[in-house]
Amino acid sequence: MTITLTGISKVFGDFTAVHPLDLTIPEGSFFALLGASGCGKTTTLRMIAGLEEPTGGSIRLGDEDITGLPPHKRPVNTVFQNYALFPHLDVSENVAFGLRRRGITSVRKQVEEMLELVELGQLAKRKPRQLSGGQQQRVALARALINRPQVLLLDEPLGALDLKLRRQMQLELKRIQTEVGITFVHVTHDQEEAMTMADTVAVMNAGRVEQLGAPDELYERPRSTFVANFLGTSNLIEAEITETEGEYLLLKAVGTDTALRLPAERCAVEDPQAGGKVLVGVRPEKITLAHAEDADTGSGKGSADNRLSGRIRDAGYLGVSMQYVVDTPVCPEFSVYEQNVERDARLAPGAEVVMRWRPAHTFALDAAQDADAGTLEDSL
Amino acid sequence: MSAPTVSPSASAQTSPAPARKPGSAPLRWLRRNAVVLAGAASLVYLLLPNAVVMLFSFNKPAGRFNYEWRTFSTDAWTDPCGVADMCGSLALSLQIGLLATVFATAFGTFAAFALARYRFRGKGTGNALIFLPMAMPEVVMGASLGTLFLNTRVAFGFVTILIAHIMFCLSFVVVAVKARVMSMDPRLEEAARDLYAGPVQTFLRVTLPLAAPGIAAGAMLSFALSFDDFIITQFNAGPSTVTFPVFVWGAAQRGVPVQVNVIGTAMFLIAVAIVLGGRIASGRRRRQA
Amino acid sequence: MSAPAVPASAGAPPPSGPEPHGSGSSGPSDGAVAGAAARPRRRLTPYWLLLPAGLWLAVFFVAPFFYQASTSVQSGSLEEGFRVTWDFTNYTDALATYAPHFLRSFLYAASATVLCLLIGYPLAYMIAFRAGRWRGLLLVMVIAPFFTSFLIRTLAWKTILSDAGPVVGVLKSVHILDVTSQLGLTGDERLLATPLAVVCGLTYNFLPFMILPLYSSLERIDLSLHEAARDLYAKPATVFRKVTFPLSLPGVVAGTLLTFIPASGDYINAQLLGSPNTQMVGNAIQKQFLNVLDYPAAAAMSFILMAIILIVVSVYMRKAGTEELV
Repeated sequence: MTITLTGISKVFGDFTAVHPLDLTIPEGSFFALLGASGCGKTTTLRMIAGLEEPTGGSIRLGDEDITGLPPHKRPVNTVFQNYALFPHLDVSENVAFGLRRRGITSVRKQVEEMLELVELGQLAKRKPRQLSGGQQQRVALARALINRPQVLLLDEPLGALDLKLRRQMQLELKRIQTEVGITFVHVTHDQEEAMTMADTVAVMNAGRVEQLGAPDELYERPRSTFVANFLGTSNLIEAEITETEGEYLLLKAVGTDTALRLPAERCAVEDPQAGGKVLVGVRPEKITLAHAEDADTGSGKGSADNRLSGRIRDAGYLGVSMQYVVDTPVCPEFSVYEQNVERDARLAPGAEVVMRWRPAHTFALDAAQDADAGTLEDSL
Repeated sequence: MSAPTVSPSASAQTSPAPARKPGSAPLRWLRRNAVVLAGAASLVYLLLPNAVVMLFSFNKPAGRFNYEWRTFSTDAWTDPCGVADMCGSLALSLQIGLLATVFATAFGTFAAFALARYRFRGKGTGNALIFLPMAMPEVVMGASLGTLFLNTRVAFGFVTILIAHIMFCLSFVVVAVKARVMSMDPRLEEAARDLYAGPVQTFLRVTLPLAAPGIAAGAMLSFALSFDDFIITQFNAGPSTVTFPVFVWGAAQRGVPVQVNVIGTAMFLIAVAIVLGGRIASGRRRRQA
Repeated sequence: MSAPAVPASAGAPPPSGPEPHGSGSSGPSDGAVAGAAARPRRRLTPYWLLLPAGLWLAVFFVAPFFYQASTSVQSGSLEEGFRVTWDFTNYTDALATYAPHFLRSFLYAASATVLCLLIGYPLAYMIAFRAGRWRGLLLVMVIAPFFTSFLIRTLAWKTILSDAGPVVGVLKSVHILDVTSQLGLTGDERLLATPLAVVCGLTYNFLPFMILPLYSSLERIDLSLHEAARDLYAKPATVFRKVTFPLSLPGVVAGTLLTFIPASGDYINAQLLGSPNTQMVGNAIQKQFLNVLDYPAAAAMSFILMAIILIVVSVYMRKAGTEELV
């Protein structure tokens, strides 16, 4: 069932947790609300569940307005953060809770089936505190899914699990969602989790949705510095538009002669004009790194590439890749990831290098924003 | 950790050191377990009177006072109600204890939920009102409540004792239940509401079972306090309402019958048996599950 | 919190279709109306919940103090009846006649509190950190004495401390009683009917009230803090002084209050284990109220006692700086 939020907002005292927000979550989709803690994503989820009264706006499920319905009257179930399993009931009674409240007395078969689905059949008589984190997580999922809700809400469902288990549960959740085909709304602060599982991700910041779209779209074409930095890492260069050349914008990094190019459609600034300031961005893995001595070889095929020279400050070995930090005149601490295929031994700290990347991998953002929004430094 | 870096000479110096001081091993043991020994001594101090009460329940005293040991006898155990009025006072104490517990637990639980769960104007006053009776010596509370009954010409008796007991038990129930309610995860009730439980269902199926240990603790505390109260009771009892502690007080002036020790010992054993039985049962349940 | 009639917030105009939530007017969704109606009711809920206990305490705990206040300034006699004469001589008389009683009350209560702390701390520490699987059983043993009426247990001290008993015998043989009688704590080579016996009884009676709060604050201390302190070069004694004890302070404060307050108003130990020379203010109040029937005098004394306790406690709590006791 499609969820439609219209102008929904929430104010606590003098703190606005959620600014008026319009959001449509299509039926059967796996929708993620992504953001740092305190960005309003959980409040939004709780308003859909009915656990928080919106200050304004309305929530519709299909064609029905459910804004004023108390939680127990909404065909919506939640998998809570830290699971909120009832400590005084065993696993099967936890799972049966919702069915019993709706007056269904013969619950045994359904509970057994549901516990089989989450592979916990043999633990039905255990108390929640006797289960591991992963098992508790599955019980919480079973307890919600058994009610066949029209929408399943997941509030940081994997937050308490360790990394390996989290990866496994991500795939599991995705499988279950495809199997049962109901709408999942998933709240998380983990960008990787959101991107692996969701069809659509809404990135939230300070009570607003910054950008909404498919994971690859958000990653490849961020429209704000917050999204650029929060989803993965971005290198941002302050630049000035010099001219438009067909479908391309020509730019110059501020304070240097370094020329940069990118397709006009990859610029998030509306109606870019010559002389306008932008932040030019590129993802670290899109960059190829060459030692300064080899820089001109192969210039034929990459002559249209953006080029930037600098000096390696730091090199880190990450197994699948090498991570370099390069100081350049236009931007200190440029991040570059290189696949570990053929390592050039000369690429060590102190080496002069040239970085190259395609204009099609470049994006530009409005320069009027904080370039550090959404980075780790920003949140500290 | 540092073993490889220790030079041979250093280890040669340290290893024979304990051997040179033969008295140091027991001394070290003593130092390490000093806390345990001190704790054990405190425990003896705490339990010694109970042992004496138990022992002297088998005494056959010479006079009216049961303070000196003479000969072993089970007379008092075979005839616990052999003393005039004692078992009547015991029954009165049980009655008042049960009634006070019921009222104090009910009222106290309501108040605890209000104070733990809601934000409202006057909450600070409410908290202070609950806290003050616990910060007041009993003699002050007893005397002032007695003054109220004197001034309003209410006859001292069963009702005045009951009123007093409910009054001082209330605060303890509130504290016990409030602590429990505050430590409850509010998400559990949200989960219940999310899983189609209405307000009443949520309260009965989730809130109440989770708060039950706190309510039970408050009720047990109420009963113990009421059953054992002497000071406030003395100020608010009538001449014909002699509770068990009032009886013992009177007996202490006139002569203490051995049966008082029998009752004391029996109460002690029953209560310890209930508590230990409960612990064993819950331990077994936990292991089975 | 907000008034029932809240329009959709300024940023977004209310949607044209369904009624904005919480408008209170008859919207198409009856859920919205129910939600709006529920709010005022919910606002009154805490007051209803608090009503029985609050009323009970107001009538039977607070109101009595006003009656007592008025009684304390009355004069007259039982035969002629008492009238309010704003006669403050009840207060001056009480202080003049019973000053030693007040002094003894606070001296004995303070001594008992200090002794309770000294005796109770090791036991609470042992249960919290060294008891292992015996922890539960030991806690039961701390509470167990409560199960026997405390009057009976106090009478048992009469046996333990009796003149011919083993305690007096041992103390006599090592000449400790000589020392204590030099200090005025005991006399005539006996323990019963001496200040020491009264303090001993008070300490015994209120010891569990000291141990339980101490235990609950010690038990909360994360053991890795001890390890961290040891790792940072603290000797065991330093760990206790710099980490354990400061963290147990809330328990110390709660325990000392729970011991000192009731001990200062107690009259049972002074009556059963003491002599006329060890009477505390509780004994005086009890005598005036129940035997002499001089209610104004009893009221004045209990007011003075209450005032002193309130002052002592508030000064102490300010010094200790702990306000999260309840």
